[in-house]
Amino acid sequence: MRLVEPEGFGANGVGGGDGDERLLELSMGPQHPSTHGVFRMNVVLDGETVVRLQPVFGYLHRNHEKIAESQSYLASIPYTDRLDYFCSLSNNWAYVRAVETLAGIPVPERAEYIRVILAELTRLQNHTVFLGFLLGDMGGWGTALMYAFRQREEILDLFEALTGSRMMCNYMRFGGCRCELPSGWMEQARAVVAGYPAFLDEMEQLLVENEILVARTQGVGVVSAEKAVNAGLTGPILRAAGVDYDIRKVDRYGIYDRFSYRVPLGEHGDTYDRMMIRLLEMRESLKILQQAMADLPEGPILHSDVQVRNLCPPEGEAYCRVEAPKGELGFYLISDNTARPYRYRIRPPSLINLTLLEEMSLGMKIADVMVILGSIDIVLGEVDR
Amino acid sequence: MIRKAEDSECPQPGTCSPARAAVEDRCLAGIGSSRVYPARRSLPQREESRLGGMRQGMLVGTVVLVLLAAAAVLYTIAPESLTAVAWDAMRNPDQAPVLLKHGFLDYLATAWGLSPTAIEHVSIQITISSLLAFFCLLFALTSLVERKVFARIQNRYGPNRVGPWGLFQPIADGIKMLTKEDIVPRNADKVVHLLAPVVMLVPALIVLAILPYGPGMVPIELEVGILLFFALGAVTEVAVFMAGWGSSNKYSLLGAMRAIAQMISYEMPLILAAIAVVMMTGSLSPVAIVESQEGYSMGFVPDWFVLTPWGIVGFIIFFIAAQAESNRSPFDLPEGESELVAGHLTEYSGFKYAVFFMAEYIGLFAISGLAATLFLGGWHAPLPVLDFIPGYVWFIVKLYALVLLAIWIRGTVPRIRGDQLMGFAWKFMTPMGFATIAAAATWHYAGPGPVGWLIAGALVLIPFLLLSRVFSTRYPVRTYRYSER
Amino acid sequence: MKLLKHIRFLPGSGILKGMLVTARNLIGSYYDPRRLRTVRYPEERLPLPENSRSVPFLVYDGDDAETGLRCVACHICETECPARAIHIVNACDKRGKVLKRPHRFEIDISACMGCQICSEVCPFDAIMMDNAYNHAAFERFDSLTLTRERLAKPNAYFHRIKPTEAAEIDSRLAADRSRMEERRRKKEAANATHNESAR
Repeated sequence: MRLVEPEGFGANGVGGGDGDERLLELSMGPQHPSTHGVFRMNVVLDGETVVRLQPVFGYLHRNHEKIAESQSYLASIPYTDRLDYFCSLSNNWAYVRAVETLAGIPVPERAEYIRVILAELTRLQNHTVFLGFLLGDMGGWGTALMYAFRQREEILDLFEALTGSRMMCNYMRFGGCRCELPSGWMEQARAVVAGYPAFLDEMEQLLVENEILVARTQGVGVVSAEKAVNAGLTGPILRAAGVDYDIRKVDRYGIYDRFSYRVPLGEHGDTYDRMMIRLLEMRESLKILQQAMADLPEGPILHSDVQVRNLCPPEGEAYCRVEAPKGELGFYLISDNTARPYRYRIRPPSLINLTLLEEMSLGMKIADVMVILGSIDIVLGEVDR
Repeated sequence: MIRKAEDSECPQPGTCSPARAAVEDRCLAGIGSSRVYPARRSLPQREESRLGGMRQGMLVGTVVLVLLAAAAVLYTIAPESLTAVAWDAMRNPDQAPVLLKHGFLDYLATAWGLSPTAIEHVSIQITISSLLAFFCLLFALTSLVERKVFARIQNRYGPNRVGPWGLFQPIADGIKMLTKEDIVPRNADKVVHLLAPVVMLVPALIVLAILPYGPGMVPIELEVGILLFFALGAVTEVAVFMAGWGSSNKYSLLGAMRAIAQMISYEMPLILAAIAVVMMTGSLSPVAIVESQEGYSMGFVPDWFVLTPWGIVGFIIFFIAAQAESNRSPFDLPEGESELVAGHLTEYSGFKYAVFFMAEYIGLFAISGLAATLFLGGWHAPLPVLDFIPGYVWFIVKLYALVLLAIWIRGTVPRIRGDQLMGFAWKFMTPMGFATIAAAATWHYAGPGPVGWLIAGALVLIPFLLLSRVFSTRYPVRTYRYSER
Repeated sequence: MKLLKHIRFLPGSGILKGMLVTARNLIGSYYDPRRLRTVRYPEERLPLPENSRSVPFLVYDGDDAETGLRCVACHICETECPARAIHIVNACDKRGKVLKRPHRFEIDISACMGCQICSEVCPFDAIMMDNAYNHAAFERFDSLTLTRERLAKPNAYFHRIKPTEAAEIDSRLAADRSRMEERRRKKEAANATHNESAR
């Protein structure tokens, strides 16, 4: 047992403080039940109140960007699956779009539709699981998590039937998608989408009005709109702060301007708003899915004269971003007209959203830190890369 | 690249020569020697479970047959006087355990000629061992039932590997717990670390002695039984703090600090709710409290305290506070697995952990039993026509219903936060406890009629609405807007 | 602008509503298969979709795994494999001439991530994705390095696990073969006429 003076805090000497207080330094993680992987926080506690918090990450660093610079453009697609392993298809899309921009490859319309359908399905399952994990972080003993997993299973079944893998989909290719929809897939997908509102109703009934949940989340981890913009937060966490910024609406990339859907906005920027924004977003995703499934055109799924191997885009650079379920996911590529990217850089939403963790947690209780961390919705595969 | 080291002895494609063919073959043989996976046959779709219904039924049937055979053997070898006692007990099931025990003691006194002191000792031993055996079995059963019900709430199967329906899971758990290494941290205060589970378990077992299980079936008939219950119940706080402090672990310490704050706060409403009952009956004796709830008004509504305006509120307060007392969700802060790993239990493993686990369950049984005694009419049947079922069955049914309710709540709600827990205890539960006492007092004077209902009801409802306004003003209902883009 | 409204009646009602949901799930799990999706794994197994993939295998035509192998050891999959999990050594004849078939073809399935890029880039449809997923072994190196002997599986097996894809590939290969045959016959005919005219 070591009750530390604040001066001694942290390996990087992030200490300082009043001096005569007796504070408790606690190193939470990387092995901890709810740090969402191998995240670690050095927390200084005054009683149960967080006085200082130092995030430590890099335990899952796997040199993704440098590896990508040493191999062909094609070979990086399966690696992007492993960034945010809940949303492999969104990651595929962001990377593939960057290469398509770099090399000037057109995408057939049918492929665009399928990409939208898969991206929105990915958003659905990511937000569903988010709700479950958030409740787990609050000590919900996994009930909401099990319901979320039960529902997500249906979407994973779709992914497996189409791409061959439940999570590491590796489906999109430069100039389209890898393979045609198997027979019966569309009917199955329609049934999943049709069954989703009932699940969302049930989740809302379980969560939205629960007094304990309300008390645990409202006013917890507040981020003002100004601070959120300054810190570069994106995704639901930014919209929960009331900033109207959804890249699907701002960039209108792909064919998103063909669908009618709305973007829900919060105003308090706290954990409850983040949860509700995701719940409401799922309903809008369902709208997009229904429209896209109704309008899906016939035609080729892959642009016919794209070189799969040894793709050498012309010299230049490209930055492409998509609204991944967790925020703005961007890929920055520089080509020197060889088969390998000269520079390959990812803008991961999880990492940048995580930067405000200390801001949100100061003055909160230790139990709130876990809820705040859960509400940011990080995946360490993307944070550490 | 695979097996780079071996590449040197293997021929490179360009340099292959007949002389090196032997080396090449050796390489090939070395690699190809490991097990070959058989190609999979067609996929079985939802095969019949290994533990099919047939086998399960046969197993249960065998157990029943063995038990019957054992009973028959016992009957034939037992002396006449004892079988008479057994018949007597069969004819009067309501008092069966008492008759059996007394019959056996009489047999010992007459046939074996034991002295009255010895008989008294045997009597105490019989009571204690039957209580221990029953509650330990109930604990084993509940550890399975909780996991099963919990799993079903979460749409899972729950334990289903050990025995039919996973029935032997508690045995497997027990073997695992007992054979696991007992790890004591190097810096731990070893004596405190060792004593904590004991201090936790002993009071939980002692309080079982004051519960009235049926008419005439109270292990110790104490005039101040309720007082003893709360006094012993408070000892668990010490045990939890001992566990937290003795472990020399920061998570444990935080958990222990939480436990102290939580248990001291919730003792207050717990006792206030019980005081209302004590006021109404004018006695601290559990038996007197149960007896005062006898009878039915209008011929079928039982005269239980829970069916009065102050009683229902008192029961809810008592139940909620009981959850907090026994560290059950949503008040499982000391264990708080999402932030404190396992709280005061973090450094416990093996047998010590099992003792903690058992103590928590037995504490839950005890406090549920007390709730059934105080508010749910103890051993009384809910309807006059159901009176033929023995009283102790009703008591256990009520006790277990409360345990199941606790499991259900645990499956639904997230954990409350420390400061909110204290606020809830002091700003809501305690005032409501006082309101209950006031309502009970008016009920005592106004009597059980429309007037009593009106006044006592108003006395609990108005404070409830006023106090709950604090919540709805602090957390107003939110609405969400959509982007105009 | 539409408002989403949640009406809160009495404090505590939110928790009661939640308890209704859990009670519905508790009972529903006994009769509604949509709620109880758990598969009791070793006894029950879900049918795998046709596209399902685990690690690659090598297809051979006919009955002989040695001669029927489609693989020509062109090393394309080896170069394209993102995880560098494939290792190929060409066979060579007695005089040391490199042959168009693999002497060693190994896939380290502890490194393989099942991305199926190898089967995608293969110009000869020689390497395909298996869907067998039980690859656990007690040893890290030899057991998890699939050699040519363990990788080679007959075309019939491919047909069994992925009928659609296999039929498509077979018809394409057959078309290719008949085109080649046609070309050869035309060439022969042209040669014959050429020879005739020369004569």
